[in-house]
Amino acid sequence: MPLEDYEIVIGLEVHAELLTESKLFCGCSTKFGAEPNTHVCPVCLGLPGVLPVLNEKAVEYAVRAGLALNCEIASFSKFDRKNYFYPDLPKAYQISQYDLPLCRNGWVEIALPPADENSPARTKRIGIIRVHLEEEAGKSVHSSETIVGSEYSLEDYNRVGIPLIEIVSKPDIRSPQEARLYAESLRTILLYAGVSDCKMEEGSLRVDANISLRPRGATEFGTRTEIKNINSFRSIERALAYEAARQAQVLDEGGQVVQETRAWDELHGVTVAMRSKEEAQDYRYFPEPDLVPVVTSREWVEKIRASLPELPLARQERFQRQYGLPAYDAALLTETRDMADFFEEAARQWHDPKAVANWLMGDFTRLLKEHGLEVSQSRLRPGHLVGMLKLMEKGVISGKIAKTVFEEMFLSGQDAEQIVKDKGLVQIADTGELEGIIQRIIAANPQPAEDFRKGKEKALGFFVGQVMRETKGRANPALVNELLRKLLTAGQ
Amino acid sequence: MPAHQLAEMLRRRQISARELTEAVLARIEAVDGQVQAYITVTADAARRMADEADRRLAAGEGVTPLTGIPVALKDNLCWDGVRTTCASRILHNFVPPYSATVVDWLIQAGAVIVGKTNLDEFAMGSSTENSAFFVTHNPWDLSRVPGGSSGGSAAAVAAGEAVLALGSDTGGSIRQPAAFCGVVGMKPTYGRVSRFGLVAFASSLDQIGPFARDVEDTALLLQAVAGHDPLDSTSVNRPVPDYPAALRQGVKGLRVGVPREYFVQGIDPRVEQAVRGAVARLEKLGATVTEISLPHSEYAIATYYLIAPAEASSNLARYDGVRYGYRAQGAPDVVAMFSRTRAEGFGAEVKRRIMLGTYALSSGYYDAYYLKAQKVRTLFVQDFQQAFQQVDIVVAPTTPTPPFRIGEKADDPLAMYLSDLFTIPANLAALPAMSVLAGFTEEGLPLGVQFIGPHFAEERLLQAAYALEQDLAGEGVMARRPTLPVKAATA
Ligand SMILES: [Zn+2]
Repeated sequence: MPLEDYEIVIGLEVHAELLTESKLFCGCSTKFGAEPNTHVCPVCLGLPGVLPVLNEKAVEYAVRAGLALNCEIASFSKFDRKNYFYPDLPKAYQISQYDLPLCRNGWVEIALPPADENSPARTKRIGIIRVHLEEEAGKSVHSSETIVGSEYSLEDYNRVGIPLIEIVSKPDIRSPQEARLYAESLRTILLYAGVSDCKMEEGSLRVDANISLRPRGATEFGTRTEIKNINSFRSIERALAYEAARQAQVLDEGGQVVQETRAWDELHGVTVAMRSKEEAQDYRYFPEPDLVPVVTSREWVEKIRASLPELPLARQERFQRQYGLPAYDAALLTETRDMADFFEEAARQWHDPKAVANWLMGDFTRLLKEHGLEVSQSRLRPGHLVGMLKLMEKGVISGKIAKTVFEEMFLSGQDAEQIVKDKGLVQIADTGELEGIIQRIIAANPQPAEDFRKGKEKALGFFVGQVMRETKGRANPALVNELLRKLLTAGQ
Repeated sequence: MPAHQLAEMLRRRQISARELTEAVLARIEAVDGQVQAYITVTADAARRMADEADRRLAAGEGVTPLTGIPVALKDNLCWDGVRTTCASRILHNFVPPYSATVVDWLIQAGAVIVGKTNLDEFAMGSSTENSAFFVTHNPWDLSRVPGGSSGGSAAAVAAGEAVLALGSDTGGSIRQPAAFCGVVGMKPTYGRVSRFGLVAFASSLDQIGPFARDVEDTALLLQAVAGHDPLDSTSVNRPVPDYPAALRQGVKGLRVGVPREYFVQGIDPRVEQAVRGAVARLEKLGATVTEISLPHSEYAIATYYLIAPAEASSNLARYDGVRYGYRAQGAPDVVAMFSRTRAEGFGAEVKRRIMLGTYALSSGYYDAYYLKAQKVRTLFVQDFQQAFQQVDIVVAPTTPTPPFRIGEKADDPLAMYLSDLFTIPANLAALPAMSVLAGFTEEGLPLGVQFIGPHFAEERLLQAAYALEQDLAGEGVMARRPTLPVKAATA
């Protein structure tokens, strides 16, 4: 039967590195990109006799993430050891949380695209089973494809012990697109909460997906596969779409889906079998005896809750309500907290929020991208934009000139007034000066003038263009129009 | 001579720390060929530390009761820059770039560290026969074991090769060798002494503690190593009492409990007699004696041999040949490298416990074994809680038998495990416990008696042990020392 007759059931496991200065159980730096094995110490290297000491900041960040994801925070939680051998795991166990995670029972609301242009936007709630805290492993570089096939492997332990949260969703996701939207929402929320930088390309955000199919209407889950090695938001959707189709084909051919872990092959756009359920590791979890349980007080949790910023979806709704923005604009502007803050600061000082939004979604976003900058790194601040909008409104500069001024503000960080003055960009609103220019142009172009007089409205556009070229765009467009009409007809 | 007398002589400058250290080094030179207590003797470092101690003593600055006193470390305690082997081939060349907190504190106190002592590999054993390097001999009878796993530390103190020593106790590894070697050994309350830098065997049971010639010295060494350490999350932040000050309070009115379950069949009558004799002395000195019950005692061995190996299987998994220690050569791939390194690097008893522990934690068995054992563990806590409502301390045998012969139990792990029958409950319940000399067999083998107290009642144990020791000293028991043939040339 066609794929549409199957219901796709997806759950995601998302790992996010926390933005603490130091590692989870030692004082080593968590900075990305250092020389291999320079951010290590006896504790994170798991040398004999050393003991972990819990970084309380990491607990705070994990609780912050849990609250941002609408979780209950456990008043009593503990760490467990997850045992397995791998060269990048120095203790041969990962300190993680097994049966008593720090946070559980949360949810994320995702905005689904409207069914068609006339339908209202829809939202869907994806449940979160748990959020727990654990430590990172190191990084291996193998001399060939796999560790077993390699002549040698090199180990970098800088990443070992960086605090990580694992966010496990309920199997509430029903399409590859929803999976992507959920992952993007998580990213936005974690960025808002300020707990992770969520860079998939640097590995600080990683997504594994569980997917199964069942005939529509069935209540039992089908056999699932787990997809690893997904390295971008786009691949979440691609990998799951591929896997759904693959499973549908297996089922259609009367076969059975094998419960296994599969790797996404970005290059070939396929998933390939990694290991079967039988090969799955027995992690022999047991309570970590070197750490004491984590006890959180209600007051402490409430203090963290109070310090959380307004979260993306709420802010998006408020932007529509308060500033009258279309849903599309509100979604785009609230994607990062910095952009949303930028917008609000400018919109508070200007009576036309839509104009502010247009500048930010257009020229500002383009310039940031071109220069590879984040909003926080921009020299152009909200005050600059408002200053420029004022000059436009007063007619000092035209919309065209404004584009030049905006780019100049972006590059130099100077304010609009200064730039307009220095570069002589003030709009020509002097009727006498413009009349002179226009008369010269009409004289030089008798044919189009004749055309206009015969009723060819299009010819007016030609003259406007000529005037703008002559004045380097500084002429007031309304005035140019008015004078052109007057002078062209006056000559009759 | 005990440390508290030596400390007095050092302070009066009747002897220098250097002279004392040289005397101990000479004693090691003379007798260690037979006792084999040391894996590493750190003579040069000891001399430097002794000279530093002499400077301090001369200046009268930073002098503590341990300044200038020669101390030995069990070779599972890390000391910055000095090889730490755990008596295992897998760590034969491991030199830690850090010191255990207790070692730091000893150095700060001005103690002189003379070397690292032998043990059962990774502290797993009761005779020091499981050392990958050699067997340590009991100074009272060289054909017998010194006990274990801290056999090297116990033997070194007994043979005069160190004035004091530190060991570690997971199921009796301080108290049992103390009893076998006729010295005092204490396992403090879990959390009283930092475990940072102690190579882990079973993290929820391991505790570092002192060995000494007498109870007063035990109090001095405990004083130096007890206290909160931010590097060990399980160390307790609670004031440390003045232990030496507690010694002379006597036992008048002290309520002593004797658990009937500890006098079961299989206990050597000489041991029973010595323990009952010690109880009688305490009674004579004014204590009241009650028979009590610790009903779950029979489950101690079974519980211990699930929890300890389970934790050990995880703690010892890091020895994979990747970063340090022994690595098997010529393995075709990483999996083979892991398994060959571990097959060649660990001894039989360590492998046996790793397998036991791995099994106990395996999916499908966890609930029946590890989880069940943890639940039973709480029963031991309850047993003692109830007992300590009736009595102030529990007095019991330390070991079921006097020291046995080398090789006697080496091929029978179960018989070996049973020698920890009476010491394990204190570890399971996290209680402080100590072993002191109770007398000798006719053939001159030392016999120990064990005192167990409520959490953080180390003072009470020291107080009772001191009273018993003084009473025994009155009859000359304490003056007996092992006689060892001494190498003529250097002695
Ligand atoms: Zn570190």
